[in-house]
Amino acid sequence: MLKNYIKIAIKVLLRHKLFTFISLFGISFTLMILIIIVSLVDHTFGKMAPETRLDRTLSATYFKFSHTDKHSSSNGPIMSYYFFHKYAKTLEIPKKVSISSFHKNVETYKENKKFKMALKYCDAEFWEILDFTFLEGQPFNLTDVENINPVAVITRNVKEKYFNDEFCLGENMMIDGINYIILGVVENISILRPLPYSDIWVPITNINEDLLEPRLEAVSFPSYFALALAEKPADLPLIKEEFQNKITQMEFFNDMFNQLEGGFETYFETIAGVLFGRSSDGGANTSGLLVTILITMILFMLLPTINLVNINISRIMERSTEIGIRKAFGASSVTLVGQFMIENIIITLIGGFLALIFSIVILHIINQAHVLRHVTLAINWRIFYKSLLICLFFSLFSGVWPAFKMSRFQPVEALRGGQS
Amino acid sequence: MISLKEIEKIYRTDKIETLALKEINLEIRKNEFVSIMGPSGCGKSTLLNIMGLLDKPSKGEVLIDSREVVKFGDRKLAAIRNSKIGFIFQSFHLINDLNVVDNVEIPLLYRRLSYKNRRKLALAALEKVGLSARTRHFPNQLSGGQRQRVAIARAIVGKPEIILADEPTGNLDSNMGQDIIDILHDFHKNENTTIVMVTHDEQIAKQTERILRLFDGCMVN
Ligand SMILES: Nc1ncnc2c1ncn2[C@@H]1O[C@H](COP(=O)(O)OP(=O)(O)OP(=O)(O)O)[C@@H](O)[C@H]1O
Ligand SMILES: [Mg+2]
Repeated sequence: MLKNYIKIAIKVLLRHKLFTFISLFGISFTLMILIIIVSLVDHTFGKMAPETRLDRTLSATYFKFSHTDKHSSSNGPIMSYYFFHKYAKTLEIPKKVSISSFHKNVETYKENKKFKMALKYCDAEFWEILDFTFLEGQPFNLTDVENINPVAVITRNVKEKYFNDEFCLGENMMIDGINYIILGVVENISILRPLPYSDIWVPITNINEDLLEPRLEAVSFPSYFALALAEKPADLPLIKEEFQNKITQMEFFNDMFNQLEGGFETYFETIAGVLFGRSSDGGANTSGLLVTILITMILFMLLPTINLVNINISRIMERSTEIGIRKAFGASSVTLVGQFMIENIIITLIGGFLALIFSIVILHIINQAHVLRHVTLAINWRIFYKSLLICLFFSLFSGVWPAFKMSRFQPVEALRGGQS
Repeated sequence: MISLKEIEKIYRTDKIETLALKEINLEIRKNEFVSIMGPSGCGKSTLLNIMGLLDKPSKGEVLIDSREVVKFGDRKLAAIRNSKIGFIFQSFHLINDLNVVDNVEIPLLYRRLSYKNRRKLALAALEKVGLSARTRHFPNQLSGGQRQRVAIARAIVGKPEIILADEPTGNLDSNMGQDIIDILHDFHKNENTTIVMVTHDEQIAKQTERILRLFDGCMVN
């Protein structure tokens, strides 16, 4: 019987080419969009090296200065090394605290060729809190930082471009007048991961400024951020609170400002802040991000789904004569519902398969075209299965419900639905 | 074979109630060839549909092989329609998406039969109605008479004991109509099939064994 159903289904689908095409297009397009969005979201938010300890990590990036009486304010990733050194490094609850700079763009020359790269100043804890994949060598340690050693960690990409992919540990690289010795090579970092992102990492003491000059705002770009690694996820709120308590007793060095908002945030809060701005108290607009993700998902799912349901219903109504004929010659309601179910399952599975192929092609193009630096998007199979299930559900529901309704009719009533 | 007892059929639409059949008592015996006549709107199709279990009466009993079937569920009714009854409609009612053999095969799809057997039976039925040369055509590539012959092949392919034909010649010219009737007569003689046929044509009705006359929903003698 099942073989029969499948044969009938394929025959019907081949005969109704336009309908089949529209349905397939709807299903595969829905699934494809979903797969691509999810892989982007996954890439931006999910656990991924080097940020594998997101559930235990907080970052302090964004702050806002203001004055209770004056109309002056200043905000952004603007804080100084001194600020984090005094108020974050001294926290007691976190297991580890790291202070690093945001990346800045630098240029370096080799054999008259110019290389543009991102450079980040960081401390030894940076390598312990984040989980970089070292392909060769190792990170620099506390001694390197304290002794202002000119050492550097580079990405695979830099090794390939600058060193022609040859062995480069111990080799030199001149940046900003300092001759750095290469200590390690790590896997490329996606630009969508702003905190670890860079091409070259060097000990923070190599920066050409007095790090401990007492000031709250950084002298110039790049400014600094802090990362805190907690013993366990439950400590995160405690760390936030400990830090807040510290900065309430903070000394302001001039009378422009007397208030500071901001503090340690989870990764999700930080990304939400970047994408959706912050409320007046400096808090990240996380609900905005959630709502947007949800609405986008729903829109991308809903429109093609409604379309699918609509096509299915009108198609089955159009086939009321067929239902009448089949009933007159011995098909029971159950058999008919089964037939329409199989038809829908087949078309949905074909649609899912097409969607998979399209997504693989499009993700490959995005990855190859380097639209975004070092962004390697991959298919999230879990989501693929889930969205395929959702599509199956809707196409079954939209196919079975009208078929069921039609099959309830007496055969004459169905036959009257059309003339052949 | 088929007997109807105190059958009444009322069509209810929003405001109007139409009494399409009332107090119908009738017996169709095995191997009979009966025709039903009467003016348009007198309830002939309604009666045939009730006999063929395509519709339910508002009142009364329908007995097929002495079994009361009105209260049967969907599955049982489907099984009886499948094994015992073959329909021929005035407007053919072929499935346009399927070619001729696939259309003829439909009653066999709902039986336990292999693809090969189904094909064999369908081709044999098409041979009987003289359409062996058109098995791969689609309904809209055929003339009215050819379509009705496909419909007959579909009605006889499962070797039903009863054939119900609702104005099978209504959409055909008289020559083609007579061809169709001849096929039915052949089948009646050779396969001992019980046939009930609605017709407007006195000439065609005269060739059958018995004529039932309906007037305004009632049987007249
Ligand atoms: N679905 C329906 N809803 C309401 N009334 C109906 C319906 N079907 C038939 N009728 C009415 O029932 C009566 C009998 O209809 P039926 O189709 O059985 O007539 P008929 O004898 O077959 O006519 P014809 O020779 O024109 O085919 C008619 O008055 C018709 O208007
Ligand atoms: Mg009629």
